Amino acid sequence: MKVSYYPGCSLHGTAKEYDQSVRSVSHALGIELEEIEDWSCCGATSAHSTNFKLSIALPVRNLIAAEKKAQDVMIPCAACFNRFKTAEHHLGQDPELKAEVEEIVGGRYQGSVAIRNPIDIIVRDIGLEALAAKVVKRLAGLKPVSYYGCLLLRPPDVCRFDDAENPVLLDRILAVLGAEVRPWSFKTDCCGGSLTISKTEIVVRMVDKLMEMAREAGANCLVTACPVCMANLDMRSSGDAGLPVFYFTELAALAMGQEGPEGWFRLHRTDPRPLLKGLQLL
Amino acid sequence: MKTFLEEVNEKINGVPIQRCYHCRKCTAGCPMAVAMEHNPNRVVKMIQMEKREEVLASGTIWLCVSCETCITRCPNEVDIARMMDVLRQMAIETGVGAKEKNILKFHEAFLANIRMGGRINEPTMMVHYKLKSGDLFSDMAMGIDMFRKGKLSLVSPRTKDMKSVRRIFEKTRQS
Ligand code: SF4
Ligand code: SF4
Ligand code: SF4
Ligand code: SF4
Repeated sequence: MKVSYYPGCSLHGTAKEYDQSVRSVSHALGIELEEIEDWSCCGATSAHSTNFKLSIALPVRNLIAAEKKAQDVMIPCAACFNRFKTAEHHLGQDPELKAEVEEIVGGRYQGSVAIRNPIDIIVRDIGLEALAAKVVKRLAGLKPVSYYGCLLLRPPDVCRFDDAENPVLLDRILAVLGAEVRPWSFKTDCCGGSLTISKTEIVVRMVDKLMEMAREAGANCLVTACPVCMANLDMRSSGDAGLPVFYFTELAALAMGQEGPEGWFRLHRTDPRPLLKGLQLL
Repeated sequence: MKTFLEEVNEKINGVPIQRCYHCRKCTAGCPMAVAMEHNPNRVVKMIQMEKREEVLASGTIWLCVSCETCITRCPNEVDIARMMDVLRQMAIETGVGAKEKNILKFHEAFLANIRMGGRINEPTMMVHYKLKSGDLFSDMAMGIDMFRKGKLSLVSPRTKDMKSVRRIFEKTRQS
């Protein structure tokens, strides 16, 4: 299948291992990515916290560009995904706002393309069996807890591709890769998001608690699908409290025997290589 | 003149917040409640009591991280997360400003960066924020580590059609 691809700013910067692993895994699964032409930032928390119309207009500029091609839009960053879904939601509900935003952006928005997260596309369009068929190295001994964070699934009537309180799709993907997924009840707890720069001490407390709970659940790593979550989990734990954190696509690439994972792992703050070497996965 | 409650509801443009029956489910699940001076459901009550200045000048509205847990769980579909957005915007528009100054400065630096290049360039955005906030030295080691790993670059690809981006900023400017 062919999809339009919106990497967002993080995937071109601090989350480049997410970008590279999404591209690599997509390629292997037969998903062809076409980057949205001349895309711009979605505005994230900073736009919607301070200027509602700006926060809708910024994603819409990109959606209009995507609508030139009749194919779904894949957005790996949970923060961007959430902003796009929110804009779609508001415009679908409020014709007056839609007209106003179209005037602001200077283009017509049809609402014709579906906005999707790679987790959803892999499970629903590619299928777990097709994924399983590509696994050459089962991730035995890896005991992840899956961390969806806030923005993938909330609010449920905006995001709706998995349960908002107890999502399971990421767990299923990891199980197919051969990992021994640990259950825990912090899948959708918040990590503090964008306060990481301006209110670091609060975020450190939140991340430490998540790490403690992950250990209590018997996990030896955490898995995420969000660059903001990754940045917080990987860099904000105090002392040596942190467990390694992975993007789910990095683990998929590892299990599929692809080239690349070792170089991506080098970019993490908490080096996951000792854990993987100990399990003979690297 | 409109009451504070009427004004907030008009801006939320959804479920009126007086549907709240103070079950406190939102507060129980709010990750920031511990750091807030007023609990999320208490803010609803304060709005009903016309405590405009007290609400807009509070740190609470800035500490909300928009995690959307409250709206996900509210039995009455009261959108506390959206209410917090509305209150922040009212605080900016009415010149009250932000009690949590650095949080607003971060948002301003972030948006200024988009306005400049269409996309976030993390290092220039951080430098801008640091100059604005005066918080110059935190996270230095982390930044240097990321530079070394090639994760931060001063030149990242930008949006070419900057006219269309600037147009959006112009047309959504709040005077
Ligand atoms: S919001 Fe964040 S991740 Fe999304 S495009 Fe902008 S900076 Fe990038
Ligand atoms: S970064 Fe934290 S706040 Fe943002 S989506 Fe991830 S979990 Fe939520
Ligand atoms: S959950 Fe809803 S009804 Fe209950 S206190 Fe919060 S806003 Fe009010
Ligand atoms: S969105 Fe804000 S108020 Fe609601 S639970 Fe999250 S932090 Fe608390």
